[in-house]
Amino acid sequence: MSSNTEQRRRSAGWLGIHRGHQARPAEWLAEKFIFLVSLSAIAMVLLIFLFVAREAIPVFFGETNTALVQPTIPVAEMDKHSPAELQRYLDLTPEQFKSVSRETKLELMQGKIDEQNEVPENFRNDPDARINTTDWKYLLQAHQWNGYDQPEHIWQPVGQIKKFNLLPLFAGTLKITLIGLFFAVPLAIGAAIYVSQLARPRVRETVKPVIEMLSGIPSVVVGVFALIVMASALQNIFHYQTRLNAFVAGLALGFAVIPVIFSIAEDALTSVPRAYTQAALALGASRWQTAWQIVLPAALPGVFAATVLGFGRAIGETMIVLMVCSASVMSWNVFDSARSITTTIAAEMAEAVNGGPHYRILFMLGALLFAATFVSNMIGDFVIHRFKNKLEGKR
Amino acid sequence: MAELSMPKLNVPAAKTNSPGGSALIEIESLSLYYGASKALKNISLNLGEKVVTAFIGPSGCGKSTLLRCLNRMNDLIDSVRIEGSCKIGGHDIYSPDVDVIELRKRVGMVFQKSNPFPKSIYENVAYGLRLHGVKAKSELDGRIEQSLRNAALWDEVKDRLHTSALGLSGGQQQRLCIARAIAIKPEIILMDEPASALDPIATTRIEELILELKKDFTIVIVTHNMQQAARISDYTAFFYIGELIEFDTTAKIFTNPSKKQTEDYVTGRFG
Repeated sequence: MSSNTEQRRRSAGWLGIHRGHQARPAEWLAEKFIFLVSLSAIAMVLLIFLFVAREAIPVFFGETNTALVQPTIPVAEMDKHSPAELQRYLDLTPEQFKSVSRETKLELMQGKIDEQNEVPENFRNDPDARINTTDWKYLLQAHQWNGYDQPEHIWQPVGQIKKFNLLPLFAGTLKITLIGLFFAVPLAIGAAIYVSQLARPRVRETVKPVIEMLSGIPSVVVGVFALIVMASALQNIFHYQTRLNAFVAGLALGFAVIPVIFSIAEDALTSVPRAYTQAALALGASRWQTAWQIVLPAALPGVFAATVLGFGRAIGETMIVLMVCSASVMSWNVFDSARSITTTIAAEMAEAVNGGPHYRILFMLGALLFAATFVSNMIGDFVIHRFKNKLEGKR
Repeated sequence: MAELSMPKLNVPAAKTNSPGGSALIEIESLSLYYGASKALKNISLNLGEKVVTAFIGPSGCGKSTLLRCLNRMNDLIDSVRIEGSCKIGGHDIYSPDVDVIELRKRVGMVFQKSNPFPKSIYENVAYGLRLHGVKAKSELDGRIEQSLRNAALWDEVKDRLHTSALGLSGGQQQRLCIARAIAIKPEIILMDEPASALDPIATTRIEELILELKKDFTIVIVTHNMQQAARISDYTAFFYIGELIEFDTTAKIFTNPSKKQTEDYVTGRFG
């Protein structure tokens, strides 16, 4: 046995350098395992996106039709139409169309006619009832609906005529996210500069964990606090009409975003070499000047990365916004109510009919959100690399 | 330095224990503690004007610590406590009314590891100037060129002033740091092993530069390299475990030291 092992070793070459992974099998295994884990993370992200996007595909290609009043085909005229036409008319997939019998198709056609007969009388002559509201035109452009004085962007996914205009949601998301970031970014970066550069060690050791503890507060709790305390307090200060609005939501969102930005920015600032600080101080700069003019520019890639991550957190945060404001009003006024994309998905997914147009549009919103965060991270990464290369003199 | 804009410090007459001629820096029974441990023990030393003084000694002997006392860089460490006095031009730099920023403007420093800011070459030199109120573009340009020339770097970088300083070689970076230090026209330049991380050619350039700068500045240099101390300094102080063992002209320290310890160190028997 031992001579056999000996032989194998020798045949593997001088000092075993040709044995490759056999020399350290445990390390090889561990390495491959970690590699698989990281691969599976990428696979998960891809799978989630594919799942979300797949549900939204019919909306993207205009295959859904929500028109309340639709032309019908009399049952007797079934054979006058091509199978492809019938299949689309009956909302069946090609496989389903093939698998069902002629009798079932006739029943389904009768069902279509019955469905149309059930449309309330007052919609029969309403032009709005003939509109496919999931058409891109109605998803993005204002339309003057029956009973309105002017064209408006309306998100109203329940009712006889479902209105799916996305702009109120985009506006709400942007409003809330930007207010949150306007509030959180300067505060978090200021706190990071203070803690990493100016504070005495004892202050630093108290302030840092306390700010980071903010991220441990469940967003429901922040939401309750914002809903009950902040909303009233802010209304007393600013005297606006709507008590629950994008401003309150943005501010509350800021509380959730501050620890994210703070902790990454603080790390970036702390990892700026002390040699820079010393050089600046030796030139006669004050601590403030050093922090502001030398350390912050040197840490800019990291601080920017922190902001990008904070943006991701802000745009994805659901609970706080859901609790604080929820009416989907098309308005750029920060003191009006607003509803974000995530909030819409969370609040409406449970009541959307599985596979129906509302359901598909919610998934499309999810896919859009996914794409938006992906793009913002890509741009962030690109900018960070530009910064870094510039600082390191590679360009 | 005839065009020095600030008022000249009042330089007192020579003292008997000062081989450096007229003393610019007077250190009087200075002790320094890091927490409970005593890093400098009762050091008294007078350094002359416009000469190069070298601090030598084995690692951990306190020479860098003493150097950092001269521009109060030790203030940055919380646990440091200092006793005794250190006067520059007759003013106690540790008295409470001293503006550390003004002190550091007059006492510049070059560090062991070159540490240019991650900015352009131009901005590196301009930073100190702007800190001290030079704003006009023409004056900035002039003083930057002058400092880079004095640091023997101008010809190498004049075409790439606005590229990042981190793209320079190690030796060039260190000369840039020297240019940055001399741009604000200090009276004293402290150098903490400025050539220890450089190759022999870059080291030679730095040494030539120090000899050149001696005409205008008072230079205190910490070095581990005995030959370097012998080549460039006029006076040498030998430290050992926080104590000043011997201080004399470089020639005497290296040829005929009066203490046995000094002789052992400079001849390479320990250290």
